[in-house]
Amino acid sequence: MSNHNTFLIKGADLVGGGRQDLLIKDGVLAAVGKAAPKGATVVDADGLVALPGLVDLHTHLREPGREDAETVSTGSAAAAAGGFTAVLAMANTSPVTDTAEAAERVFDLGRACGLVDVQPVGAVSKGLAGESLAELGLMARSRAGVRVFSDDGKCVHDARLMRRALEYVKAFGGVVSQHAQEPRLADGAACCHEGELSGRLGLPGWPGVAEDVIVARDIMLARHTGSRVHIAHVSTAGSVEVIRWAKAQGTAVTAEVTPHHLMLSTSRLEDYDPTYKVNPPLRPDEDIEQLRTALADGTIDAVATDHAPHARHDKEHAFAEAAFGMLGLEQALQVVNTVMVQPGLMTWQQVADAMSVRPAEIAGLAGHGRPLAVGEPANLTLIDPSATVEVDAAQSHSLSRNNPWHGEKLIGQVQATFLRGRATLLDQEVITA
Amino acid sequence: MKHLLSAANLSRDDALQILDTAAQMHDVQRREVKKLPVLRGRTIVNLFFEDSTRTRSSFEIAGKWLSADVINVSAKGSSVSKGESLRDTAMTVAAMGVDGLVIRHHASGAPLQVTQWVDAMVVNAGDGTHEHPTQALLDAYTMQQRLGDLAGKRVAIVGDLTHSRVVRSNLILLRTLGADVTLVAPPTLMPSGIANWSAAEGFSYGYDFDEVLPDLDAVMMLRVQKERMSGGYFPTPREYTVGYGLTRDRLRALPDHAVICHPGPMNRGLEITADAADEARSLILDQVSAGVAVRMSVLYHLLGGAEA
Repeated sequence: MSNHNTFLIKGADLVGGGRQDLLIKDGVLAAVGKAAPKGATVVDADGLVALPGLVDLHTHLREPGREDAETVSTGSAAAAAGGFTAVLAMANTSPVTDTAEAAERVFDLGRACGLVDVQPVGAVSKGLAGESLAELGLMARSRAGVRVFSDDGKCVHDARLMRRALEYVKAFGGVVSQHAQEPRLADGAACCHEGELSGRLGLPGWPGVAEDVIVARDIMLARHTGSRVHIAHVSTAGSVEVIRWAKAQGTAVTAEVTPHHLMLSTSRLEDYDPTYKVNPPLRPDEDIEQLRTALADGTIDAVATDHAPHARHDKEHAFAEAAFGMLGLEQALQVVNTVMVQPGLMTWQQVADAMSVRPAEIAGLAGHGRPLAVGEPANLTLIDPSATVEVDAAQSHSLSRNNPWHGEKLIGQVQATFLRGRATLLDQEVITA
Repeated sequence: MKHLLSAANLSRDDALQILDTAAQMHDVQRREVKKLPVLRGRTIVNLFFEDSTRTRSSFEIAGKWLSADVINVSAKGSSVSKGESLRDTAMTVAAMGVDGLVIRHHASGAPLQVTQWVDAMVVNAGDGTHEHPTQALLDAYTMQQRLGDLAGKRVAIVGDLTHSRVVRSNLILLRTLGADVTLVAPPTLMPSGIANWSAAEGFSYGYDFDEVLPDLDAVMMLRVQKERMSGGYFPTPREYTVGYGLTRDRLRALPDHAVICHPGPMNRGLEITADAADEARSLILDQVSAGVAVRMSVLYHLLGGAEA
């Protein structure tokens, strides 16, 4: 009789470890190498790459408040399907996650679901209003143990408030994740990168410099306060340049890039399709090239999805009036494989660093981003790196269908995900507890 | 051509054909009985998400003079203001069996989006700061009536180009018809990336109105919207007028044969002096008059009237 908590993964390619068998037992990696105990469920991993379970620094789960677009449960299923074992749930829910109680509620919903570890992000300011600090310390001391704070969706544009937040989170090793966008420069409702396309289509343009100036300012504030700042969804070559300079100076800045900013250019807006309306906007090819280079050379630390599910009726408006955001969890690893690994820009070890190790470090998630070694928590992902998959939005585990890769052929297929030894995805099927 | 969403939908032949037919329609407009039977049995809905008495009336009259059944739907106070999506609104109207939708929307791209959801013919009657192709056709028609063939004619379009849907359509159409076009505006009101606009190659742009003035055959002044005056695009209305208004001095510098256009409504004293607006070579009222004839022509061609 097979034991549902004992798995033998046969012949996977371990990042940095060659072809190995992995024995999972009692939630940990019990053996790496040859092992075949009776009763284990055997997973044929011939041709598959084994990565430490992916960690997403930037997920919108919409619960509470917009359960018609996504719930913690459906978002967790999408995450497991994408190879994630932990996600950080952004605070812009309704009500906003700006108290210990709100954070614990999201945390508990994730635990009850059990497909991924759902770690709430706390708001920087009360109600995301950008005026006064939320209860950062109480959220940090709560059962949820919040360590990442962000007003994501909005920029903390008041320099004094940003300074205070950076100073305050030092007390408990927190980090402020900034949605870098100077609101006066990114004025207007349509959200299109400012350039030839925005001018021609008559869409208000959001210039790259609106991001760059906040990144530069916050890096200087982080230097001044001696605190950690994390730049969410970096989208411009200018931001990359500033972050590269700051890291060379030894400033404690980290940064993430989304799969869509690595792959999709602003030209997708030619037909005003709101599927591609996202904040920050899709950028031109020159920016994309710099983002890929920066991810490959470590200037950008992590890939984060900014998974932003929306109900159909929130996207089926005129472009200027449609909601911002696109899905990301299920295709993130495929996109990174397609645009970074297959062209030879990144190794699988670098992918493991960018999608698991570094995000776990930035978020302070001790049980994640660990090496695939004996005694470590069995959080891992298996991907077939060579399968070509045509994305079908209808097949998503998310409640929403705003999938920018619908109809796109991506390379790679996530085959299995294990969270503390339990299979949450096996043979591409999500397995609920 | 199934829809008219952008001036870029029109080839030179298409445009000339529409303008020729517009001339015939203009004759109808001058008759005592202004009625043609060509769209009898056809239903057109003017779906206006934004107020525009001038454009809506023009389309309404055009449709009725062609014997179509014309219904006006104003989005204000309708289900749209209650949160209905654009798709639901368009599909609801289309489900009533209409043949054509004339759409005015405050958001760029809305008419194009609607074509993805409905089968009916769609005419863009102005979308956000994107395009207004029938305005460009009526402007071209009016200029052509006075100047003849527009090929090689020098036209300047002056003013708030960034926020003007008129300029985008006019630039494309005038280039299609062979005119030399110069766009003039302060740098703050020049559209992003204009140097690389692929939609209408072969035009020029600049910031100095006086430099281009003596060589023009036509000048089109664009309205400066009031909210721009406090939006930091230029320091004061006075400074704007000095730099970019069609003032008396500039009127003198304009060649005698050159015509003056303005899509209206005008800010007299800001972008155009009363003298210029009321001059004999001002075509501003001709533009309004041409609106019905041009829209009759567009509806006739798009709704299969040519074959009827």
